[in-house]
Amino acid sequence: MIPMTLTASPGTTDRDTADLAVDLDGVVKRYGPVTAVDGINLQIRPGEVVALLGPNGAGKTTTVDMLLGLAQPTEGNIRVYGRKPHDAVALGLVSAVMQTGGLLKDYTVEETVKLTAVLFGKPPSTVGEALDRAGIADIGKRLVGKCSGGQQQRLRFAMALLPDPELLILDEPTTGMDVGGRHDFWQAIRRDAAGGRTVIFATHYLEEADAYADRVVFVRRGQIVADGTASSVKALASGRTVRATLPGALEEDLRAIAGVDTAEVRGDTVYLHGRDTDSIARYLLTSTPARDLEITSRNLEEAFLTLTADDAGSTR
Amino acid sequence: MTTVAARNLPRFGGFNLGMIRLELRRMMRNRRTVVFTLIMPAVFFLLFGTNASNRSERIGGGNVTGYILVSMAVYGAMLATTSGGAMVSIERAAGWSRQLRLTPLKPVAYIAVKLVLAMIIGFVSVAVAFAVGAVSGAQLPAHAWILCGLLAWVCALVFAAFGLFMGYLLPSENVMQILGPVLAVLSFAGGLFAPVDTFGHTFATIAKFTPVYGVGEIARYPLVHDGTLWIAVLNVVVWTALFSAGAMWRFRRDTARV
Repeated sequence: MIPMTLTASPGTTDRDTADLAVDLDGVVKRYGPVTAVDGINLQIRPGEVVALLGPNGAGKTTTVDMLLGLAQPTEGNIRVYGRKPHDAVALGLVSAVMQTGGLLKDYTVEETVKLTAVLFGKPPSTVGEALDRAGIADIGKRLVGKCSGGQQQRLRFAMALLPDPELLILDEPTTGMDVGGRHDFWQAIRRDAAGGRTVIFATHYLEEADAYADRVVFVRRGQIVADGTASSVKALASGRTVRATLPGALEEDLRAIAGVDTAEVRGDTVYLHGRDTDSIARYLLTSTPARDLEITSRNLEEAFLTLTADDAGSTR
Repeated sequence: MTTVAARNLPRFGGFNLGMIRLELRRMMRNRRTVVFTLIMPAVFFLLFGTNASNRSERIGGGNVTGYILVSMAVYGAMLATTSGGAMVSIERAAGWSRQLRLTPLKPVAYIAVKLVLAMIIGFVSVAVAFAVGAVSGAQLPAHAWILCGLLAWVCALVFAAFGLFMGYLLPSENVMQILGPVLAVLSFAGGLFAPVDTFGHTFATIAKFTPVYGVGEIARYPLVHDGTLWIAVLNVVVWTALFSAGAMWRFRRDTARV
């Protein structure tokens, strides 16, 4: 039904589920007639840093909500460290930095973290530690309503660190941050993940997925369309492009060449796209007068667009 | 995973004094809440209760100024407990309730914290009004100072439930801007600003069915020893039950949805 569904082997399918950080088994979520998540199977091992990548409305946030016990799956089963999501949350095994909201303007930064500590039954010393690690110890007395978006996000991060979770979930954590803020935020997350914490983050920033994740899971229309390392997903998704100078070429003829998925003619230059670009190049050089050959792979951005684009004919 | 350390859930579903302390500090930071619940009832008392004729006219074992003071204390306790309960609407609008679902705090413990907070500021409101009254010519028998104050406070629990119900019902960030006028109208209808017997027969009968009537009657009873107490008690019990049921209904829907 979806022609470009690809799945790179994540190498986790044979693991005993008791050892998994996250185990989603045939998870479906429907809201009335709308299917937000349409049969997701996903296993994540402890220590992995995983990006959930996809366009808006792909089902990322719904998946995150179900992992946190904020929404119940219509079908299927979810285990987080072998427990039901809400139990894992209550025990502090998993915590999250949500996209927006979730803060009260008339608390100070420090009070907000203090309240979180009180609720998790943590000693007062953990408050200063969390503020330090999130890099906001200097604005502890500031009212939340007077904090910038980036500072608020780091406050959410401090709150998420407080229970010292095994798994940290970030839902579009850098939305609305400037470049500098985004960089600082990821530095803090990266330092933290180096200690062995499992991290899952939903994002539509490709460079973030590429730069910070061990594993990228592409989601589109509630389904996983690709799963692997950033480079393996790139290779699976995009194939490569052969560019050549070939005056007078017709697109129909080019498309008939073995291994070509798409072909485009721009003046004297042709662009042939396919998995096995070597055989396309060999054919061009041996059977046509083509010259100036160039083979390039697409970047993750293009791979993303290819994988997440709606099927031809549907409205955007 | 053998490396995952043992973890425990907090006791009492997360209900604890540390949270109440932080929440109180936050409420007192909100100037509108302070003016609304602590200052306004006392000012109303000074404006309407302390003229010479009220001071000299006797009622029960005290004066009319004392009678008006008790009514205003009820009004203050009502505003305080309503706004305490209605805090949930602001917290839902801000996504805070959702954030709290990512902690061990149980929804029932959250409601309990809100009720305790509402009752604490209700108590402070009554105490402030009585302190102002004591130095401004209000006279009550000694036992009435204590009993009227206590009853005004305890019966205001009706409005803590009312505030919660409205807090879950109305998604507004400024829910008290709606509830303030509503409470003023209910206070008139319930005979808090003018005695019910001055209304005429029809309105006096209607008044007995409105939610403020019972609280006012009960709170003033130790002073006036007048009126049909069982009707007032029934009024409070029925309205508390109705508002609590409404709050529970909305609360269940809310926790199912979030």
